[in-house]
Amino acid sequence: MRKVLMGNHALSYGATLSRVQVIAAYPITPQTQVVELLSEIVADGKLKAKFIRVESEHSAMAACIGASAAGARAFTATSAQGLALMHEMLHWAVGARTPIVLGNINRAMAPPWTIWTEQNDSLSQRDTGWMQVYCQNNQEVLDSVIQAYKVSERVLLPTMIVLDAFVLSHTYEVVDIPEQEKVDEYLPPYNPPYKLDPDEPHAFGGLTGPDGYFELRYIIEKAMEESREVWRETGKEFGEVFGREYGLTEEYKTGDAEFLIVASATIASTARVAVDVMREKGKKVGLLRIRVIRPFPFDEVRECLKGRKKVLVIDRNVSFGFGGIFYQEVKSAMYNEEHRPPIFGIITGLGGRDVRVEDIMEMVEDVERREKPEDIIWKGVRV
Amino acid sequence: MRLPLPEREVMTPGHLACQGCGAALTMRLALKALGPRTVLSIPACCWSVIDGPFPHSTVNVPLFHTAFETAASTASGIRAAFEILGKEDVNVVAWAGDGGTYDIGIQALSGAAERNDNIIYICYDNEAYMNTGIQRSAATPLGAWTTTTPVKHPKSEPKKDMVSILAAHRIPYIATATIAYPEDLVRKLERAKETKGTKFILILSPCPPGWKTRPEDTVKLSRLAVQSRVFPLLEIENGEKWILNMNIKKPVPVVEYLKLQGRFRHLKEEDIQRIQEYVDKEWERILKRCGLA
Ligand SMILES: Cc1ncc(C[n+]2csc(CCOP(=O)(O)OP(=O)(O)O)c2C)c(N)n1
Ligand SMILES: [Mg+2]
Repeated sequence: MRKVLMGNHALSYGATLSRVQVIAAYPITPQTQVVELLSEIVADGKLKAKFIRVESEHSAMAACIGASAAGARAFTATSAQGLALMHEMLHWAVGARTPIVLGNINRAMAPPWTIWTEQNDSLSQRDTGWMQVYCQNNQEVLDSVIQAYKVSERVLLPTMIVLDAFVLSHTYEVVDIPEQEKVDEYLPPYNPPYKLDPDEPHAFGGLTGPDGYFELRYIIEKAMEESREVWRETGKEFGEVFGREYGLTEEYKTGDAEFLIVASATIASTARVAVDVMREKGKKVGLLRIRVIRPFPFDEVRECLKGRKKVLVIDRNVSFGFGGIFYQEVKSAMYNEEHRPPIFGIITGLGGRDVRVEDIMEMVEDVERREKPEDIIWKGVRV
Repeated sequence: MRLPLPEREVMTPGHLACQGCGAALTMRLALKALGPRTVLSIPACCWSVIDGPFPHSTVNVPLFHTAFETAASTASGIRAAFEILGKEDVNVVAWAGDGGTYDIGIQALSGAAERNDNIIYICYDNEAYMNTGIQRSAATPLGAWTTTTPVKHPKSEPKKDMVSILAAHRIPYIATATIAYPEDLVRKLERAKETKGTKFILILSPCPPGWKTRPEDTVKLSRLAVQSRVFPLLEIENGEKWILNMNIKKPVPVVEYLKLQGRFRHLKEEDIQRIQEYVDKEWERILKRCGLA
């Protein structure tokens, strides 16, 4: 069935089709429609789930963790300040190995108060151990929720599905809604190996000294590493069942490209149009979209960057004192490679400033003119 | 004579509490009443250590260690999961210290209480942050020494009235208890088990290292707290019907309770008088609310 959906409702549909059992959430602009629609779906009895209307995001994540540890599939959604408030519990969800899925609408952090898009909220949570998927359209948002439960429950790590505020969250697009039976076939019920069960009592998360903690962290890293292949496999299987295949990254006209743009989220969709326009003018440009940043797609990135003349990484985020975060990561992934291209980093579109096709073409021209890579090139800032 | 306490022991030996720990005895009695079909959500507090280091556990029921301020919200999540999974016969218990209840966890507790989530919230109250080395909490009584209220400036505020705060939430059942009256404690937990909605049980739990008391005085202190009217034994139904379980007609002077505790050793006579007056005033309020004034 095809429907015209806003990005936020694509999250709600994804959660419903995944038959989530416990939802705990707190409203924040621009996420509200996610939980409003889910409240309705649950109230109408169309989804057999408990909706806990918690008093904060911190409690939302705590409740999801409790529910997941007790054996239920749990879902929440938030944005910016809400995600930051969850921070302590984001670590908890990873350490407790609870495969929760969270929808995060990328919104810039206050102050000053603002509600428009930027990736600093989710990228600030990069090192918590959550897997992170950056979506480029509403179809991908819906599909990624379903895929995320499959991966998360296999490797026992939680996943964050990330979408741009307004550009996706409030933009209506045609979305193919998969049939429930097919989703049920693709995504088996959640049945964790260990759970809170009076018939088999265990203590979870008890005091652990230097003797044991180290190994537990090692196991989490191994699960992250294993998840790369699981994302690839389940993304391929998704294609077989639903006709839309997903990988950790996506390439566009990269075959003979001498100049490679690396981008994520909706800037990547805009860059795709820019690539088409530039190709018409005879430029050999291609695009690598990073969809999953944790686990980091080392193989895909290295393979794609190999032998390019110039690489431009576009970031809608900034790690103050260092630069764009995708840029840092791509650059460091290439450091030990034999054929490393010069990599340029551009920061743009912070706080939701529009990034247009022309802007991306200008960025490419700018980088073409430059001899040496620079760590931070600002595009569009009025200073 | 038959002791009105369940014979069963759910908790097993081997816990890591200090000698004379009120909180350890509290858990033992609570689990006798609650039984093995219980799940515990325990935030940061002494009990996150008492249960034993991984992989050991002394409670012998499923225990989820959670963050300091999330005893209630984690329990709400567990309850929601059990409801949707059709496991209705399990007691979901949030088990927190006074710091995790009166201070940092009050928001999550208030949220759960307002939603009337079907959980039993038990606060074992040792009247300070003991896990981190005896710092003041909102439950620390007037005049007490702690490491952050040194004898030069002991606590100048009275204990927060947590029971009234919960009563204002109109939850179906609230009770206070001490280990000195185990049959009363067990009866209250059995009542909590049978009641739907949010239940709040406050249990005074003397702490020998924190209160500077002798380990063998833990039960005696618990009894004196009641007999001196410092810690009234109460039940509150729906936030409205207040029941005084033990009307102390001839109270022991508060000084008898205070003088066994090193944390009050610095108090001068006039300080003790002030505390006595405060206790008297509070008792009058309780009597009024219980319709006994
Ligand atoms: C967010 C956060 N802040 C501070 C701490 C440190 N901390 C752990 S236990 C504790 C005190 C607990 O006091 P209480 O709840 O009264 O339990 P008790 O230790 O007395 O049993 C503190 C401050 C923490 N774990 N988490
Ligand atoms: Mg305490």
